[in-house]
Amino acid sequence: MDITDFYDTFFEEAEELLADMERYLLELDVDEPDNEQLNAIFRAAHSIKGGAGTFGFEALQRTTHLFENLLDHTRKGELKLRRDIVDTFLETKDMLSDQLDAYRNGNEPDQEAFERICQVLQQLALEEIGQDLESGAPSAAVPQQEPKPEPEPTTAASDAAAAGQRIVSLLNVGEKDRLLLVEELGQLGQVVSHGGDEACYEVTLSTTVGNDDIEAVMCFIIDTDQIKIRTVEGEVSPAESQASALESAPPSTSVQTAAPAPATPATAPAKSAKSDGAAKGKAKAKGGGESTSIRVSVDKVDQIINLVGELIITQSMLDQTVSEMDNVANSALQNGMSLLQRNARDLQESVMSIRMIPMDFVFSRFPRVVRETASKLGKEIELVTEGESTELDKSLTERIIDPLTHLVRNSLDHGIEPPDVREAAGKPRSGKLVLSAKHQGGNIIIEVIDDGAGLNRDRLLSKAKENGLPVSDSMSDDEVWQLIFAPGFSTAKEVTDVSGRGVGMDVVKRNIQGMGGHVQIMSRPHEGTTIRIVLPLTLAILDGMSIKVGNEMFILPLSAVLESLQPSREDLYAMAGDDVVLKVRDEYLPVVAVHEALDVPKAKTELTETIAVIVQGEGRRYALLVDDLVGQQQVVVKNLETNYRKVPGVSAATILGDGSVALILDITGLHRLSREKKEKRRPERKPALEALTNEELET
Amino acid sequence: MSQMKETTLAAAEAHNREFLVFSLGEEEYAIDILKVQEIRGYENVTRIANAPDFIKGVTNLRGVIVPIVDLRIKFHLDKVEYGGQTVVIVVNVEDRVVGIVVDGVSDVMTLSPEQIKPAPEFGVTLSSDFLSGLGSLDDRMLVIVDIDKLLTSDEMELVESVAE
Repeated sequence: MDITDFYDTFFEEAEELLADMERYLLELDVDEPDNEQLNAIFRAAHSIKGGAGTFGFEALQRTTHLFENLLDHTRKGELKLRRDIVDTFLETKDMLSDQLDAYRNGNEPDQEAFERICQVLQQLALEEIGQDLESGAPSAAVPQQEPKPEPEPTTAASDAAAAGQRIVSLLNVGEKDRLLLVEELGQLGQVVSHGGDEACYEVTLSTTVGNDDIEAVMCFIIDTDQIKIRTVEGEVSPAESQASALESAPPSTSVQTAAPAPATPATAPAKSAKSDGAAKGKAKAKGGGESTSIRVSVDKVDQIINLVGELIITQSMLDQTVSEMDNVANSALQNGMSLLQRNARDLQESVMSIRMIPMDFVFSRFPRVVRETASKLGKEIELVTEGESTELDKSLTERIIDPLTHLVRNSLDHGIEPPDVREAAGKPRSGKLVLSAKHQGGNIIIEVIDDGAGLNRDRLLSKAKENGLPVSDSMSDDEVWQLIFAPGFSTAKEVTDVSGRGVGMDVVKRNIQGMGGHVQIMSRPHEGTTIRIVLPLTLAILDGMSIKVGNEMFILPLSAVLESLQPSREDLYAMAGDDVVLKVRDEYLPVVAVHEALDVPKAKTELTETIAVIVQGEGRRYALLVDDLVGQQQVVVKNLETNYRKVPGVSAATILGDGSVALILDITGLHRLSREKKEKRRPERKPALEALTNEELET
Repeated sequence: MSQMKETTLAAAEAHNREFLVFSLGEEEYAIDILKVQEIRGYENVTRIANAPDFIKGVTNLRGVIVPIVDLRIKFHLDKVEYGGQTVVIVVNVEDRVVGIVVDGVSDVMTLSPEQIKPAPEFGVTLSSDFLSGLGSLDDRMLVIVDIDKLLTSDEMELVESVAE
């Protein structure tokens, strides 16, 4: 085993810790920070520092070291939090993420950025608490019992404590442990003397190590409340004495780290000793994590999903064979088959659920986005998230982040008004943005709801006219709202840093459609806008309609199918060239014949014998001509590109009950393909359609 | 140049290599046996629209969708029939699984580096770029195909080319 084998574990853990850190930082109430949260942030920084030290990631270690010290002062109340300080912390967290990424990719982190962030942290420390972070050992002794530490002596106190002699009292520690502890302490510094009995055993230690570190070492053997550390006054090791020599050591340098009342006294109980919390909290988090979940690579999960898919296909093949057998003679076999079917379906469902991860994964990054965007825009925003536990396929969760971020930014920028405007309109100053997720049928519905000004119908329409889009005043609201998804469309009065360039909304829509979903908009003037994203739960399974053309089977995504009908001659109209349109309830739809687009031999060419399936893709509706409808079924989607390439007009493939492959048609692509084909064929006309044209002309 | 390289490479390996020998019409071809995943019959191939004629379609290989290429059509052989003898060699090239249709598989041969001669520059149909050499075995001549290069080449249209 090489130490590099543990790199990945460290990176993953560190990443999680950073995510936690960010969450806590965002949750922090600046005026009255919760000590538990501050402790959690501190712990995260501390753990990362430890790991970084072990693996020799110097920049990461140094940054976390400074950060940790600063956090330590914060949780002790010496550093009064302000919004901009939290911002600096968040920035540091980002920097840590960057450094982590660099190490992960085998690079050295950006030295300049590293130095800059160190400087920022140092500067902050100097300005706010007048202390140099590098020299102050983390959590050096600070008069904990005094809620308001005098600013100057603090420095001296910590330094003195850091460098001086300590008397470590061990309470109720057995002899074996005592020897062990003395040995351990000997590694931290020089053990001057030790002695005592089981109830109280005292070790005098001359060391430069901070109290916290002493404690941390001993925590492996005994509990924190068994430890008391006192600093011996006046005995400062010469090497470290310069700093403290300048100031007189304050009288109360002696501390009991075992029970330090947090400096923000009211909120936290005196017992929540910080190191105690650090040690136990860590243990708890670790223990909890290990017992309830394991890390598995996505590849492995996908492999299982594939195998289960296989099993389902084999099972349905068997089922087909068995169903053709004699009922009476083979009843045992048939019973077995139906049991197998049930088990196989259950297995499939449970396996699919492995890939599902809660929306919290997505939502958790929005407090940050909202906070930053809001402060940039000078707006006050309250973010509410609902349905974080709603589960969604992992691949979809990852792909939804970008579109959702865009929608949120848009809502903040264009939707929610500035505080003054809101006040004037009789609304609360701070706007409310709701992110919600819920299941509905086989879909997940994700909504971005703001209580802003709503979309402005008139402005949208006039802007659309300006851009030369085909609009009319009689358009329904829904159609008007959809205009914002047109490429290059923006009604923002000015382009801001956040949004308004008009690129994006069309990309949002395309991304979501790429995931097999669609976007709806609901808006009321002065009340707000709701943007609703409807997505399938998973990309791995599709509700399909099987159709037959010639001797070939195809699958249409059921979500794209609106209706199907047998076209009558009266409803078919020939157009210029060889185009045909079908009239369905006063609407003329272009006609695409599958056999033409995909060159299927032996297909029905007589239009009135075919079946027209009205489909909708990317907002465009058309009639797809097929020979027969076979049935509806759930199919397992298989990627064609794994071993082959993208095929125009086909989105993927699936395996049918008989083991053969059927192609899943791409509704939008098919329309494009048919148009391209017709363009190519323009000079020579298609006889069947020409015949129809002639007939049409005659009648 | 490239042939020189190939020969020196082959010589440098100084190991005997095993090849799977298959027939296309009258000719005998050979591919590196380590590329071969399995051999199966030709059945149940779903046609793919608007693909070149030598791409017969895709088939289901235990849950994996695998494209099937008919080398006989690709190499412009006169007689292309599908019968009981028609076999599909499933090969694994650059993390892709592809099935190639051939007239028959005859045997597995071991060739020493000396037995592999550099392929001369010839033919438009089968560019010598796709050959790693010609193997001579008694009075038989085996055309040794570099199946990686052949199947990932642009003209096979199996792989999305970068230009698109």
